[in-house]
Amino acid sequence: MSGSGERGTLPPASFAQDVRAALVLSRRDQRTLLAGILLLAIAAMLPVFSQTYWLSIGVSVAMFTVLATSWTLFSGPTNYIALSTAAFFGIGMYIVGGGLPYAPFPVLVLIAGVAGALFAVVVGLATLRISGVYFVIFTLGLAELVRQIVAWGQHVMGTSSGLYVLLNISDRTMYWLLLGLAALVYLIGWLIGRSRLGFALRIIGNDEVVAVHCGINTARAKVILFVISCTFASITGALVAPRWSYVEPSIAFSPFLSFEVVIMALLGGVHRLWGPLVGVIPFTLLWEFISAKFPAQTTMLLGACFLLIVYFIPRGVVGLIEDLVHKGMRAKDGHD
Amino acid sequence: MDVIIIGLLLGGTYALMAMGLQLQYGVARIMNLASGETLVCGAFGAVWFLTAYKVSPLYALIGVVPAAFVANWAIYRVMILPLVRRAKSQGQLEVDSILATFGLSFMAIGILLALFGGEFLSYSYLAQPFLIFGQPYALNRIVAFLCAAALCVALYLWLHHTRAGLTLRAVSVNPSAAGLVGINVARTSALAFALGGAVSAAGGALLSMFLLFDASLGVIFTLKALVIVIMGGVSDIRGAILASFILGMTETAVATYIDPGLTLAAAYVLFIVILLVRPEGLFGRRSS
Repeated sequence: MSGSGERGTLPPASFAQDVRAALVLSRRDQRTLLAGILLLAIAAMLPVFSQTYWLSIGVSVAMFTVLATSWTLFSGPTNYIALSTAAFFGIGMYIVGGGLPYAPFPVLVLIAGVAGALFAVVVGLATLRISGVYFVIFTLGLAELVRQIVAWGQHVMGTSSGLYVLLNISDRTMYWLLLGLAALVYLIGWLIGRSRLGFALRIIGNDEVVAVHCGINTARAKVILFVISCTFASITGALVAPRWSYVEPSIAFSPFLSFEVVIMALLGGVHRLWGPLVGVIPFTLLWEFISAKFPAQTTMLLGACFLLIVYFIPRGVVGLIEDLVHKGMRAKDGHD
Repeated sequence: MDVIIIGLLLGGTYALMAMGLQLQYGVARIMNLASGETLVCGAFGAVWFLTAYKVSPLYALIGVVPAAFVANWAIYRVMILPLVRRAKSQGQLEVDSILATFGLSFMAIGILLALFGGEFLSYSYLAQPFLIFGQPYALNRIVAFLCAAALCVALYLWLHHTRAGLTLRAVSVNPSAAGLVGINVARTSALAFALGGAVSAAGGALLSMFLLFDASLGVIFTLKALVIVIMGGVSDIRGAILASFILGMTETAVATYIDPGLTLAAAYVLFIVILLVRPEGLFGRRSS
């Protein structure tokens, strides 16, 4: 990245400076942080009330919250639509599935995070240095590509295509693990939003040419965020692997996962950190209902839901709420 | 030798599929992520004609192509045009159309699953050997190649030697300037989108003569078509044809020497090479 990458860079604020600036909290920030901790504590109480049905829904909600929010960290401000969640999720799942006989679960989760990050660096460096649709296209088939390679690897090594994940983790523990991960995503997202990096991303999303002329190293900013986002997807895949006691390529790399994550994030709204959460909760409930009532038509209904969101609520539920609040305020001003 | 000839035969059909996408992306400026599903619909259409009416897939083209044309025209009018009108900028339109066609692709998969079920569909047609240089090759591959080549040539001549073709090329070069010289850009874009869909579906019907299909295969073909279009340049038919042959041969080589399950990996390898070496495509000009 030396040479051309350095051209016209602003005098860079050192990383320490950046961190220090992000840690100066105003009254308002303190209140936000407190509210977040309070909500987390309330969410963590769920297993006290239900041990079965609602807890398993809670696990799904927590999982999709992590996936959709971390997706939004990158794709929200930059408008680069990543369709590759399933690829990274599946990598995490396979590392846990394949590694369980050799290493303890926590170590495997860490390895999954590192592997996901490295793979994301490669993908990011290949596609994100150039602007345009190349990135979207590349991510579109990525899950299928990794699936083919995994299946081929298993074929060459002569192992069977499925893996048994025999590890007893109660739903309660998994829920808390995922909740902790969600808290981490929110914390990181919040810090990024306050940092120079977050500002740079918003400029890139508005106009990439302008961003380059401002002296932003656009490729670096995009790759960093993409890597963060994909690392979370890998860790999530690793954490929930024990939920499926049997893992095979078509489950781990299912394209529907990427699709669901994008739908939920868009439904909630991608311009606010808490937006995806607003989409995840109703959509998970709706999905439980649809897959129970119409198991044969799920794909078609999923597509239909997606189109409805793209056409009628392009800015998500959060965008709708903000428009309403805005209108309300203007109406009040008019009366005064 | 085997690899080269089979690769060339496969590449001919790929060229058709890539030209379909090129019309949609180059002229109508819509990045259609559902293009692979259009192709799969074409393949299923051919299978359906064969099993229901016992007609050869070549005659099925007569039914499949107009149907795909009408369907894609309707999709453009009903679904894409509102997005074009709503978009404030080219970037916004790109994001919206990617999302819309991505959703559309899942709708199409769902409909195909509901109609045909999830199994692989195939049929046996002209599965007899034909000798080239003393080596036997499947006759269905050769017939498919010849058909694809004929359609490609017809499309090329139409684009370069008729007034309607000229209009399409003008919109492809610059939509706003085309509007200034009295071209109805919205209508031309719709025509290009519909024609592109019809061409993709024809490619699917031809591919179904020698490949297995199931409802979820669309994404692989979308990706291959996109890789060809990127490699060949967005608005250059020569580039697309050359790129199709390169992809066809690479894929055949991978399938022959490594593993038939890795065809997508072949496309990705080419994709990465292109991104690193010549992101503007084989014949494209570097934009400043």
